[in-house]
Amino acid sequence: MNGKLEFIDILREKEKKYNRQHDFNAFEFTYKAEITTIHKLTQMENLYRVRIIDPEQGKQFSFQPGQFVMLELPGIGEAPFSISSSPLRHGDIELCIRKAGNLTNFLSRVERGTRVGLRGPFGTGFPMEKMEGQNILLIAGGLGLAPLRSAIAYVQANRSRFNTVDIIYGTKDPSQLLFAYQYDVWRADDITLSIIVEEPDTAWKGPAGLITKILEDLFRKKDKTFFKNTYAIVCGPPVMFKFVCTMLSQKDIPMQKMFVSLERRMHCGMGKCCRCNVGSTYTCLKGPVFDYWTVMNLKEAI
Amino acid sequence: MIFKVIKKEELKHLFDVLAAENRVVGPVEAGRDSNGRPIYAFDQVSDFNNICLDYTTTKISAKRYFLPYQEDLAGFRIDGKDWHKKINYNIESPYIFFGLHACDINALNKLDKVLLGSVYPMPYYAAKRKNMFIIGLDCIPQPYCFCRSMGADTALHGFDMFLTDMGGQYFAEILSDTAFNFLKNIKTAEPAYADRMRYIKIIAEKKRKFTVRVDTTDLANILDMEFQSDVWKQWGEKCLACGTCSQVCPTCYCYGVEETVNINFHEAKKTKMLYSCNLIDFAQVAGGHNFRLKRDARLKYRYYHKHRGFVEAYEESLCVGCGRCGEACLAEITVPAVISSVRGEES
Ligand SMILES: Cc1cc2nc3c(=O)[nH]c(=O)nc-3n(C[C@H](O)[C@H](O)[C@H](O)COP(=O)(O)OP(=O)(O)OC[C@H]3O[C@@H](n4cnc5c(N)ncnc54)[C@H](O)[C@@H]3O)c2cc1C
Ligand code: SF4
Ligand code: SF4
Ligand code: FES
Repeated sequence: MNGKLEFIDILREKEKKYNRQHDFNAFEFTYKAEITTIHKLTQMENLYRVRIIDPEQGKQFSFQPGQFVMLELPGIGEAPFSISSSPLRHGDIELCIRKAGNLTNFLSRVERGTRVGLRGPFGTGFPMEKMEGQNILLIAGGLGLAPLRSAIAYVQANRSRFNTVDIIYGTKDPSQLLFAYQYDVWRADDITLSIIVEEPDTAWKGPAGLITKILEDLFRKKDKTFFKNTYAIVCGPPVMFKFVCTMLSQKDIPMQKMFVSLERRMHCGMGKCCRCNVGSTYTCLKGPVFDYWTVMNLKEAI
Repeated sequence: MIFKVIKKEELKHLFDVLAAENRVVGPVEAGRDSNGRPIYAFDQVSDFNNICLDYTTTKISAKRYFLPYQEDLAGFRIDGKDWHKKINYNIESPYIFFGLHACDINALNKLDKVLLGSVYPMPYYAAKRKNMFIIGLDCIPQPYCFCRSMGADTALHGFDMFLTDMGGQYFAEILSDTAFNFLKNIKTAEPAYADRMRYIKIIAEKKRKFTVRVDTTDLANILDMEFQSDVWKQWGEKCLACGTCSQVCPTCYCYGVEETVNINFHEAKKTKMLYSCNLIDFAQVAGGHNFRLKRDARLKYRYYHKHRGFVEAYEESLCVGCGRCGEACLAEITVPAVISSVRGEES
């Protein structure tokens, strides 16, 4: 008899079919992608267009608005970013990234052509198909417009399937407005766009104040049937979506028809590192997109 | 299941057969505390005489063998704007665990649920877990053990064989084919009626030796209800936010990831480090906001994850009641005390 244990190579046990959620090799699998263009949007934010290099892999990479990717720059770091582009474009995405620390500052200095790693897409998305046939309120504060822009692109591509569409967007001051070059196109697609800034400069002609102010104006113009047939997506800091969702709730929009995106620290995106937990819910698996009813029932969510 | 009895002197033979060709990890005496009592640790052993089969609880769980405190997830070769990623699961040959108590085996079973059984199974853990041969060993309940309250005082699966000390011989439960074959190297016997009765008696006696218990009745709900309870603030004031509890715990698996680049800029690596939810920046995000700035929020979260979140997901708690965290905590924060205070019990 002998007493030697046989070494089991889990790589050999892998499934034939590529299954992202169950294959061991999927865990650390990184799509290699190239930054094809970099647009400077504001002092703090750049828009990166990132394309998966292998065309076959690129086709596989499909996502829903609201989902995120983990972007990796070898040796610098890896962090979660919401996909900010149209879900119709597979494997060729746009990320709107604010300088906030190591990785994001480094990214702001790289040149186009730089190769990055992408993992994902991860998390839940906005249920766009469920919203068809209804009015939609798309409400964004600050960088919240980044994930919302993917939903906007979906609406544009399927404009005939939605009733009225309103974008309400607020930032601190006019210099922080993101995607200004797209506003005319959105409006041309029969999307109402209202913008408000908290601290206007001398050139600013629009309204000034908090986003709730625009909402009040808008609500005055709408009747009961509007609210009955409306879905809302609210992206922004927790204080902002709390106020906004409370207002929407007062208009009798059910909390299950409002969607928000939560931001938490994330080190894996796959329900393993626990850094993203809210109470005991994994934001990376059950979120980042939650309906507001669920958020209200999560401990320590807001 | 197959049962055998093994004479004590035969166990050494089994050890020698296994240690000849494999890496064996077992409980050893690592030193003495200020009262002269032994401090036990899991370590690699090559001499049977160094294994302390009568050990109480190791200070630190065996997790560095399946969840290393620090491990590289991937390495990179960087070449200008391009790079190449190489993944390594960090294990080349199996480990034999010689003498794990039931709580530590149950800890592995719990980790299996989240790290192997749910979506995105973790290959770094899987590779090590699938290359383990585990010999379980019965124990004597210590004053801090509450595994019985957590349903973790007996291991039903997750090991290859389990030994219960019956004086001159061991009663062995054999779970795996591998264990069955290894036992062909030594002399074993079928348990006689008297052996079986003695085993039943020993098990029953052990149950009576538990001194602490935790009332887990409806605990998940109670934690939800008492989320705002003042007792958390009191514990928060005591807690030093040192993270020791997570480091010694056999079921704490939370981590952080960091990337570093070599001085020559041609090589980089992605490293995983076990973390603790009691450390200040656990839930801090970009822009500086910290979702759990206060110590009580973080301490509460640890209990929440173990005794509520995990229960919701897997219908069992993520605590095996080994008592290590309470023993290691300088602030003397123990699971039984915290839970009983949340339940509003007099202490
Ligand atoms: C689902 C999701 C979607 C996001 N989408 C966008 C987006 O579209 N655009 C955008 O600009 N930002 C987005 N973020 C935030 C982005 O992940 C952080 O800005 C980024 O992690 C900062 O990394 P860094 O290396 O530059 O900062 P670091 O130098 O690592 O740290 C700076 C600060 O960020 C915190 N931090 C570190 N790592 C993480 C992490 N993994 N997750 C969150 N915070 C962290 C630290 O606590 C520290 O306070 C999103 C976050 C989440 C969770
Ligand atoms: S509970 Fe004890 S061991 Fe854990 S962080 Fe607080 S002081 Fe440290
Ligand atoms: S929480 Fe404490 S008692 Fe429970 S398994 Fe972890 S170390 Fe043991
Ligand atoms: S990001 Fe790691 S568990 Fe959610």
